[in-house]
Amino acid sequence: MTKTADVLAFERNVTKALDDGQLRRNLRSAMTTLSQRRRALFADVEAFEKLRTQGQSIRRRALSRLPELLEQLEARCTANGIQVHWAETTAEANAICLDIIRRHGAQRVIKGKSMVSEEMHLNHFLEEQGIEALETDLGEYIIQLDGETPSHIIVPAIHKNKDQIAHLFHDRIPDAPYTEVVEELNAIARQELREKFRAGEVGVSGVNFAVAETGTLCLVENEGNGRMCTTAPPVHIALMGLEKVVEKLQDVPPLLRLLTGSATGQPITTYFNMITAPRRPGELDGPREVHLVILDNGRSSIYGDPERRATLQCIRCGACLNHCPIYTRLGGHAYGHVYPGPIGSILTPQLEGLDEAGVMASASTFCGACEEVCPVKIPFTEILRMLRNEAYARGESEHDVKGHGYRYTTVEALSWKSWALYNTSPGLARIGSQILGKLGQHLPMIGPLKEWTRTRIPPPFAPKSLHQLAQERGLDDDR
Amino acid sequence: MNDPFPAPIPRPGKVYYFGTCVIDACFPQAGLAGVELLQREGVQVIFPQAQSCCGQPAHNSGFPDEARRVARHQLKAFARDYPIVVPSGSCAGMLKHQYPHLFAHEPDIEEVQRFSSRIYELSEFMVKVLQVRLEDRGEPIKVTWHSSCHALREMAIIPYAKTLLGQLKQVELVELQNERECCGFGGTFSVKQPAISAAMADDKVNDIVQTGAARVLSTDCGCLLNISGTLGYRQLSIPTQHLAEFILERTQ
Repeated sequence: MTKTADVLAFERNVTKALDDGQLRRNLRSAMTTLSQRRRALFADVEAFEKLRTQGQSIRRRALSRLPELLEQLEARCTANGIQVHWAETTAEANAICLDIIRRHGAQRVIKGKSMVSEEMHLNHFLEEQGIEALETDLGEYIIQLDGETPSHIIVPAIHKNKDQIAHLFHDRIPDAPYTEVVEELNAIARQELREKFRAGEVGVSGVNFAVAETGTLCLVENEGNGRMCTTAPPVHIALMGLEKVVEKLQDVPPLLRLLTGSATGQPITTYFNMITAPRRPGELDGPREVHLVILDNGRSSIYGDPERRATLQCIRCGACLNHCPIYTRLGGHAYGHVYPGPIGSILTPQLEGLDEAGVMASASTFCGACEEVCPVKIPFTEILRMLRNEAYARGESEHDVKGHGYRYTTVEALSWKSWALYNTSPGLARIGSQILGKLGQHLPMIGPLKEWTRTRIPPPFAPKSLHQLAQERGLDDDR
Repeated sequence: MNDPFPAPIPRPGKVYYFGTCVIDACFPQAGLAGVELLQREGVQVIFPQAQSCCGQPAHNSGFPDEARRVARHQLKAFARDYPIVVPSGSCAGMLKHQYPHLFAHEPDIEEVQRFSSRIYELSEFMVKVLQVRLEDRGEPIKVTWHSSCHALREMAIIPYAKTLLGQLKQVELVELQNERECCGFGGTFSVKQPAISAAMADDKVNDIVQTGAARVLSTDCGCLLNISGTLGYRQLSIPTQHLAEFILERTQ
């Protein structure tokens, strides 16, 4: 059977990731720590379940009123002095950022962690325009030094261990001494970043929650770099996907608890920023301009389909990655797209199209670990099944996911039709199982059996099926 | 003391048995063991010869029309109002929890819901409905346990399976370090993503080996096919066995 381009690319990445023993050890150790911390924090299962239900209903309520909440957010922000920009595509969002940066004649941008900026490939875009964009989150700083992209949505350098970082700092940071002491590595990064914060002319950040009622942008972080990026430079640009809006301020505490607890097992992060306005007359600090860029990039199409909409409930905690047996073995880079793991597997094919990323939906055993830990109860397996169906749906499809039908082949469609015929024709099945019983041990190793027996012995096809044995035992056939 | 597992329905005289396609083709003895365990409790077991597969392979692969076609065939084969006992957490999960999704927008949804409400996984049925008490007649043995993901999460029947195992006094259970982690089977996943599947199965086998157990037990023959296939490929001689077969072997 011919393989589509996304499948071939994924296979190459998978082989590379699985062959990297260091990567697998790093991931396993980090994911075990993160999931243990999470479990310890949410040890009271009943209380957690209640909180999770609350989180789900807050996100669902927000999504059910999404257009009006976004309008309210814009109105509130504008009244507070925040300038709101709408971007339908990532190209538009990049252009908006560039325009703001150019207007201030800025050359140096400092960035807090933002997955939307990754989605926009903002750093690369700014670099092409001759503007330096420096990541200031420690993890992001590390991977930027190494010319990499995040391998995890919360802990971007999780694929690296201490020794790898020690070498990286020594090689890439001028005059940095070689050290494997974590505190000393931190000190090296802090010293480097401190100077950059001072020199930063525009600060860029993400948004964890945007409160429609008050026009407040909430930013969750652990290092204080987010606060520096949003307060030290004279201009702050906040980037958000349009689903990040919540209705009321009182919706934030439960979501915050779910986010930090699910992500790192922390009851709360070291820093929690609430940004409501630029510097007001008479105030001594804070940016003089705050811009909010609200990105669509395919989200409104997801919003428009009732069964796909739950994808947008996500609060980007990363718990589904930490608990996914597949992510744990591959890491984020193997997925080949910005958002990896279970959330990436449901989100990316919808944002970029099945023909670009449909293979991600096949990277699941439907074990359900993601659904079990998701703090807002996203029905991952249902959405994955729907995407797998869309991948084969030609012509008009029920959910109209971009690139649907790309994987359709007559051979595969026919083989499922034959499978259905076989399983609905008892006479055919009887003959089939007799043949399988006789020849099962001598089947040619082709097709699925070929894949199966690469790492396993062939299935032990029994000489007599349960159907036959049941008949021989005289079990009632209900006729 | 309160009964931790109150019976959901009165003890029936007759039950249907859904053998599953993996058991049918590869592990019929496990299927028969389940039948005998039920019969031994005085329950008449009906095995409709028209039954086939639950439809999960198509449902999970993006072919819902074909899955529905096969599902409707089971609806017809199990038409009477008896409980349906299934010796697999995964197939039971499909029949009980996935059918209502699969038929959510179909005209026969109510019939499907009635069908799904009659589904029980075998160990669940033995503990909850039949309230069996097992007497162990076997030699002392150290075993380990593999929880299939659908038995664990979708059906949540692992407590019942372990209750039965706990009644076998000569059996020492050594749990896996990562018991809650998937073995990498995933039905068609195992052949559509063979490299990832193999890596997962390998880790599962390593976990099994470190327990020092003499046998691996589970409620799901799909997982056992994957695990025993990998054990065999690595020339490790730790037998795998369906829980029903293990129980029958030790209690007769």
